[in-house]
Amino acid sequence: MNETSYNFAYLDEQTKRMIRRAILKGLAVPGYQVPFASREMPMPYGWGTGGVQVSAAVLTPEDTMKVIDQGADDTTNAVSIRKFFEKTATIAVTEHTEEATVIQTRHRIPEVLLREDQVLVYQVPIPEPLRFIEPRETETRKMHALEEYGVMHLKLYENIAHHGAITTAYAYPVQVEGRYMMDPSPIPKFDNPKLESAAIQLFGAGREQRIYAVPPYTQVVSLDFDDYPFDPSKADCACDLCGSETSYLDEVIVDDAGGRMFVCSDTDYCEQRRAAGFTGAKAEAA
Amino acid sequence: MADALHQSTAHQPEVYVGGFADAAHDSARAFRSIMNVMARPGTIEPIVGGMGPQPLSVAASTLILTLCDGNTGIYLAGDHDAEAIRGWITFHTGAPFVSAEEADFAVGTWSALQPIKRFKVGDASYPDRAATLIVEQPELAPTGVMLRGPGIKDSAALNLPEIDAFQRNRRQFPLGFDCLFASGEKVAALPRSTRVEEAA
Repeated sequence: MNETSYNFAYLDEQTKRMIRRAILKGLAVPGYQVPFASREMPMPYGWGTGGVQVSAAVLTPEDTMKVIDQGADDTTNAVSIRKFFEKTATIAVTEHTEEATVIQTRHRIPEVLLREDQVLVYQVPIPEPLRFIEPRETETRKMHALEEYGVMHLKLYENIAHHGAITTAYAYPVQVEGRYMMDPSPIPKFDNPKLESAAIQLFGAGREQRIYAVPPYTQVVSLDFDDYPFDPSKADCACDLCGSETSYLDEVIVDDAGGRMFVCSDTDYCEQRRAAGFTGAKAEAA
Repeated sequence: MADALHQSTAHQPEVYVGGFADAAHDSARAFRSIMNVMARPGTIEPIVGGMGPQPLSVAASTLILTLCDGNTGIYLAGDHDAEAIRGWITFHTGAPFVSAEEADFAVGTWSALQPIKRFKVGDASYPDRAATLIVEQPELAPTGVMLRGPGIKDSAALNLPEIDAFQRNRRQFPLGFDCLFASGEKVAALPRSTRVEEAA
């Protein structure tokens, strides 16, 4: 079977309509998780089936798509999904954030601020921020209905009581427009401030069958306390390749003797900086 | 049987025309416009692809083709509850016709859709189970009522048919209906999250 045997963007029209209706309700009630009839996709759960279904419902033939996995364009997951839509939707693809109109991401927000004409689609493993505190869906649904979120503050408080600081480093809970508590997907908390964006942000959880959304310029507040304010921290050094002191860094182990280097997690950002002449401390060695 | 069916609709050829020429691509482009206006209340975008019988506008026709199918109950209000429009929607989408109280989508002018309290607003556990109103407007313009809230940088403006109903709708957030405004080949939206004020 070749790619022309598939409908545009793989999914059938009935399925896309169902997903599109869920996206609209998600945008109308920011942060609320809209149930949807998630489909079997030609990839395993946990590999971005939710994000892929949302992207399929959103893509137009004129779009240019970028896919990142932990900030990188060249990892297996990102390459596979990019090729999937290149084949089934015959759209243009890019690795440059500025050129993309639809960006599907796993666990990062690009370093470059997004524009109004861009859509960011997140792959979400567990959409329910309260799930590890309260495993019953019937109960978490009631907690959202009643805006009963004290238990999350308690979890953060216990963090401080045990460790002296809030140790939640990723999937850091946020409250959207003063109403729904939302899991921003496992992005590092460093990225949380960028959730208030000019772009439309859509979240798809395939296995858990939920879609939610954050419209542009929507208030997104990371939970904290007056005496322990939210801290979007990162590794306290500069990128060893491009020298950036403001981008989110990955720690890479380079030998068996404890040698390590820190590099930008956003590969496109790092490459563009190096192309522009910026260099880091270990740029020569790499 | 086939003859009877043919004869009963033969005088209404407009029922069969006016669908998407290329369903997958036309609906994808139309949905992008719909998503943009729902995400940015007050924004007006072009939307084309469908053309149902009068008095359905191109915009309302395209909204129906893009969003409705056998899983969505439709309520037609006022002059839109016409034999030709019913036939057109049935032929192109297969959507069932239901009462206002059960409707997932309602189509009509703002005055024909009254009383607005009839429509589903969802419940506390499932606020998404609410109606979407497709409101036919004579024109759409970025003037008049001032809008604030999610999707709006500072404030936006849109010529809404009234203010009270939308203020009441906002007060019951996260419950509420959502509106898509159709006029000619243009679409705009007002989700329940938007705060509506008289322009200063």
